[in-house]
Amino acid sequence: MSFGSGSMTNSIGEIKDCKLIFLIGGNPTEAHPIVGLEMKKALRKGCTFIVADPRRIWFAQHAKLYLPVKPGTDNWLLNAIAHVIIAEGLENKEFIKTRTEGFEELKAFVKDITPEKASEFTGIPAEDIRQAARLYAKSEKSALFYTLGITEHTCGTDNVRTIANLALLTGHIGKPSTGVNPIRGQNNVQGATDMGCLPDRMHGYQYLSDAAVVEKFEKAWGVKLTKTPGATSPTMFERMNKGKFKALYVIGEDPVMSEPNQEYTIRGLKNLEFLVVQDIFMSETAKYADVILPATSFAEKDGTFTNTERRVQRVRKAISPIGNTKPDWQIICELSTRMGYKMDYPSPKEVWDEIASLAPMFAGINYARIESNGIQWPCLDTKHPGTKFLHEGKFTRGLGKFFVLPYRAPAESPDKEYPLLLSTGRTLYHYNAGTMTRRSAGIIHKTNECFVEVNEEDAKELGIFDGEMVRVATRRGEITAHAEVSEKVKKGVIWIPMHFVEAAVNKLTKDAYDNITQTAEYKVCGAKIEKLN
Amino acid sequence: MVMVPKIKLNVDGKIVEVNKGKTILQAASSIGIRIPTLCHDPRLEPFAACRVCMVEIERGKTTALITSCNTEATDGMVIRTDSEKVLKTRKMVLELILSDHPRDCMTCEKCGSCTLQDLAYAYGVRESRFFEEPDGGVVEDSNPVIQQDTSKCILCGRCVRICDEVQQDYAIDFKNRGFDTETGTPFDKQRRETTCVLCGQCVSTCPVGSLVEKQAVGKGREWEFKQVKTTCAYCGVGCTMYLNVKGNRVVKVTSKVGSIPNDGNLCVKGRFGYDFIHHPDRLKHPLIKKNGKFEEATWDEALSLVASKLGGIKTKYGHDNIGVFSSSRCTNEDNYLAMKFARATIGTNNVDQCART
Ligand code: SF4
Ligand code: SF4
Ligand code: SF4
Ligand code: FES
Repeated sequence: MSFGSGSMTNSIGEIKDCKLIFLIGGNPTEAHPIVGLEMKKALRKGCTFIVADPRRIWFAQHAKLYLPVKPGTDNWLLNAIAHVIIAEGLENKEFIKTRTEGFEELKAFVKDITPEKASEFTGIPAEDIRQAARLYAKSEKSALFYTLGITEHTCGTDNVRTIANLALLTGHIGKPSTGVNPIRGQNNVQGATDMGCLPDRMHGYQYLSDAAVVEKFEKAWGVKLTKTPGATSPTMFERMNKGKFKALYVIGEDPVMSEPNQEYTIRGLKNLEFLVVQDIFMSETAKYADVILPATSFAEKDGTFTNTERRVQRVRKAISPIGNTKPDWQIICELSTRMGYKMDYPSPKEVWDEIASLAPMFAGINYARIESNGIQWPCLDTKHPGTKFLHEGKFTRGLGKFFVLPYRAPAESPDKEYPLLLSTGRTLYHYNAGTMTRRSAGIIHKTNECFVEVNEEDAKELGIFDGEMVRVATRRGEITAHAEVSEKVKKGVIWIPMHFVEAAVNKLTKDAYDNITQTAEYKVCGAKIEKLN
Repeated sequence: MVMVPKIKLNVDGKIVEVNKGKTILQAASSIGIRIPTLCHDPRLEPFAACRVCMVEIERGKTTALITSCNTEATDGMVIRTDSEKVLKTRKMVLELILSDHPRDCMTCEKCGSCTLQDLAYAYGVRESRFFEEPDGGVVEDSNPVIQQDTSKCILCGRCVRICDEVQQDYAIDFKNRGFDTETGTPFDKQRRETTCVLCGQCVSTCPVGSLVEKQAVGKGREWEFKQVKTTCAYCGVGCTMYLNVKGNRVVKVTSKVGSIPNDGNLCVKGRFGYDFIHHPDRLKHPLIKKNGKFEEATWDEALSLVASKLGGIKTKYGHDNIGVFSSSRCTNEDNYLAMKFARATIGTNNVDQCART
């Protein structure tokens, strides 16, 4: 990575003091409402907003500069901004000299990426791109925020690095209210990643490629470890589809709903010899299981979550398990012990103590210390206060690295047959596959039906009215939903939320992935819409 | 760092040093002197509508009464928060507020956590000389989570202001005049037809029983609840919240000003999205599929089947044919054990999350 770590460099509490917020591919008022409130606080205090998003979201309406970027072309926008910063001499020369590497290469590369050229691809006026570069570079406290609009592409990692280039060019990093901030979607996606639920690393970002790491864990766990990285989830699905993968243990996930190209996911699961699903509801995935293990909800167990600002916070058991359910940690322990590897912890507290003892970045965190408030990692020892913002004075990887990343087209673009660009996302009222929120009275009161946002002009051409049921189709499948016609989405783009089983948008999306993180391209594919009759 | 100049003032005979720009209320509370408030919420701009935060200030030879929530503390100020004049006037203010407030604490949802009730008790205000039967009542609204009873509204404006200043949704406002004044949606619209996002921020700030959590009505008294501090299970912000439990049921979710990272704010999912916990659809027993149908099983049956199947597949095809998907919805401890299970128990690095979003 550009800095050496992939999490929010600032804290939520620093947001209100930002002087400029550049929001790109993220809709905090809906996806992260309380971060949205902090940004609204900043707005009231006069913070300047630049918003790049194909949808005219809340902050777009209140922004100084709104850049309605065509999905999948963020690379052009970001590289052109870098071009303007360098061309107009707005870069932070001192910072570049002392804290970065690769500047000359970037400079040479972006020389030809003029705002005019970028304008052709992104649909944003060249002058607005210049303006964005100037505002961002010149503000005294500039912070970048992005979410899935940036990462859910085949070029997701490229996008993240191209964003980081801007912070490195201007030195807008490693200071209060100044940095680069991916906001994580699900409650503990930060934690699941931190805990090493990835094929190539143990928890605390300790890689299997490091012999010392392997040795440490072999000794602590008393087993021999496999050193070669395992398969990522897309690879596992690929092997399932080829019949070359036999068993899967799915804990608290619903890949049938959340993975792209639903038909392919289901075919893979059906090919397995054995599928175990551990969940709180009969999810779409659970229907294909051989055994279902009923887990408890967060209200019935102890533990910790790590939020998007790296804060490890307590989850506390409020009620005893409902029915004959057990907390996930306990199920795993019992299963493991039955399989001959003893896992014996009296409570999650002891599990955490093991986590902390085996990863330096968590070493200083224990339940007693986070009793009243969480602590932000890295926290190296029990005297360490935790880390509010990252990269002060030095990057995790030493020098910050500029990346030269030319545009790569999405795996599938609109064409004659499927002329519209389909993008997907979250709404305020629901959460992922909706298994929890759709069982909540207050929430379904606001929205309980799938909709597709269509631009006014497109709707006119197609003869579609606001509220009408329409069919949305891609090369992989079709769903029906009612049309929400407005000027919120850019012409040529349609947008569908991800939460509805009966109109699962992942029947439509494409199983194409980012080459590094293997995140799926939920944000771009070709689609068409038709009237129902 | 910009240095903020310090000032010193005298509160109830004690010298307090605070940063310039703080209010008298903040200065007093910094040394543990509590001044009662009704219309004040630290998340909002001062409004100075209720006047219960009144204090006495020395002005040369005379004294004056001022509201402490919106008056900036200045150097050399001499303040009394508990003089006879203050107490008498505060009592009078409470009487005025109670003149337009129903006397039905015994059935009020807020009983036990109502600031007005607490103040009436503390100041011994039993009767109001100005009492008039309050009008209004429970507003008809189809939304299942927020209940408003306009007869109880004391017009502190906190709901209106939190919706405007913090949420910036501008869904509710003051309506009518005089004794008829109340707060609510424009033209008595249903909440779903307004810009209201059902966040319940207005409920969280209402100091009386005018705005309450509808689903909790009649389900328990404040002092019966066990309040369990925990972290929201929905999005990556990780708001701190409290599950209010009675028996083995989560009755409502509340929040506290000052909590990290959300300062008492919650969104609709965190505050009202808890009913899934007790939903009848919850899986309650292990299930084993037999001839295409799920059948209830004991933990012992289910776990030994899983153990033998996974063990068998490992022996027959090798550990590389087994994978574990772990969840961003589960705790760190769950995830750590899932990854340890994959690596140590099965012996594979095939561990991942799906859709890493
Ligand atoms: S629920 Fe939220 S949006 Fe609705 S009126 Fe209350 S504060 Fe405003
Ligand atoms: S409803 Fe509650 S918060 Fe709103 S003005 Fe009335 S008393 Fe105050
Ligand atoms: S209350 Fe809302 S913003 Fe806060 S963590 Fe829960 S879902 Fe996220
Ligand atoms: S709290 Fe100061 S006037 Fe209401």
